[in-house]
Amino acid sequence: MNGAHDLGGQHGFGPVQAEPESMEPVFHAGWEKRVFGLVRVLGMLGLWNGDMSRYARERQHPVDYLRHSYYENWLAGLEKLLVEKGLISPTELASGIAAGPADEILRSGILRARDAARALEGSPATMGLDSPPRFQVGDCVRARNNHPTGHTREPRYVRGRVGVVCQHHGGHIFSDQSANGIKVARHLYTVRFEARELWGDAADPKSSVHLDLWEDYLEPA
Amino acid sequence: MSEHHHGHTEPPSDLVLRVKALESLLVEKGLVDPAAIDQLVEAYETRIGPRNGAQVIAKAWSDPAFKKWLLDDATAAIASLGFGGRQGEHMKVVENTPAVHNLVVCTLCSCYPWPVLGLPPVWYKSAPYRARAVADPRGVLKEFGTVLADHVEVRVWDSTAEIRYLVLPERPAGTESWSEKELAGLVTRNSMIGVGKAKSPKERS
Repeated sequence: MNGAHDLGGQHGFGPVQAEPESMEPVFHAGWEKRVFGLVRVLGMLGLWNGDMSRYARERQHPVDYLRHSYYENWLAGLEKLLVEKGLISPTELASGIAAGPADEILRSGILRARDAARALEGSPATMGLDSPPRFQVGDCVRARNNHPTGHTREPRYVRGRVGVVCQHHGGHIFSDQSANGIKVARHLYTVRFEARELWGDAADPKSSVHLDLWEDYLEPA
Repeated sequence: MSEHHHGHTEPPSDLVLRVKALESLLVEKGLVDPAAIDQLVEAYETRIGPRNGAQVIAKAWSDPAFKKWLLDDATAAIASLGFGGRQGEHMKVVENTPAVHNLVVCTLCSCYPWPVLGLPPVWYKSAPYRARAVADPRGVLKEFGTVLADHVEVRVWDSTAEIRYLVLPERPAGTESWSEKELAGLVTRNSMIGVGKAKSPKERS
């Protein structure tokens, strides 16, 4: 979706305001810790994946997405998923009062403190697929001019632009489908785009941007 | 980003109450063990952070065979030092040289290599960085005090899939006799994102 989250190349946000590295805490408030932990712990229920989490944050009103801090966006996405998956009702969310306990099977499967390290483990995105790759390293490719209304990881700033394949990663779970709960593999490539191809003649001739793009995003150029 | 600085005597904000209410609701429904949250927060506050990445970089500076492995298969090389897991499943390390400077961003959200750098700093997740790192990398670098000569090529890596990027900064001059442990003290988080360089021996605090 052409949402507010697709920020590459947008103007008007001003300079980067960085805290000095040595001074920056991991979390800036107690509530941020709880939101981070809630998202991670509830994610371990296996009812949604990382792409669905990202898509839930992106589906906010664009003004809200930009106005919110990072963990506020996490909170908004979590509330949306909890209601959509039926873990809590809108009434429970609004009132804070439980109408009753959650389903017994769900309750027995939650992440307990003694198993918390399980949430630190990885979950590889690689996935086998039978079809051969359509592109090889060195091929010129054009990022398709797609404007899907669902989740996508093809940023607007690269659509229609031509780059060169610099690495093929094999099959990776395709985010656009994964955000709908469908697990399919597509060939994934790293594609290099010259800054002038993306941003015009005024751009730095010595800069390039590399993106990891699934085969569905690409066509021969 | 919020510019408000609340003193501890102020009443809790709506946001604090909203998060508390949600956690209480989920605990009451039996969906959350609050102690599991405590453990995860503690892990990212104390164990999973940029000191891990600094060890990786210091080893690459000291051991040419490890450096080659790191550039060829970063996930395996990093795992050999005991670092891996969530948001580090597919790692790629990109090397800075006198001719090439690398910079990492995630324009669509805030993808970041957690096992080696921990959770991302606020600025990395902010709109100004995500908007400008791809379109004006030299301008962004200047704001971090990193001025590159015109002949240096800038390569930006936008983390659009599940591959996570770590920059191998240049080894500072004057450190030829330094141990890995001493070298690790020169490796900043920002140098591994690519917005800064490693500290010089003089800058070491």
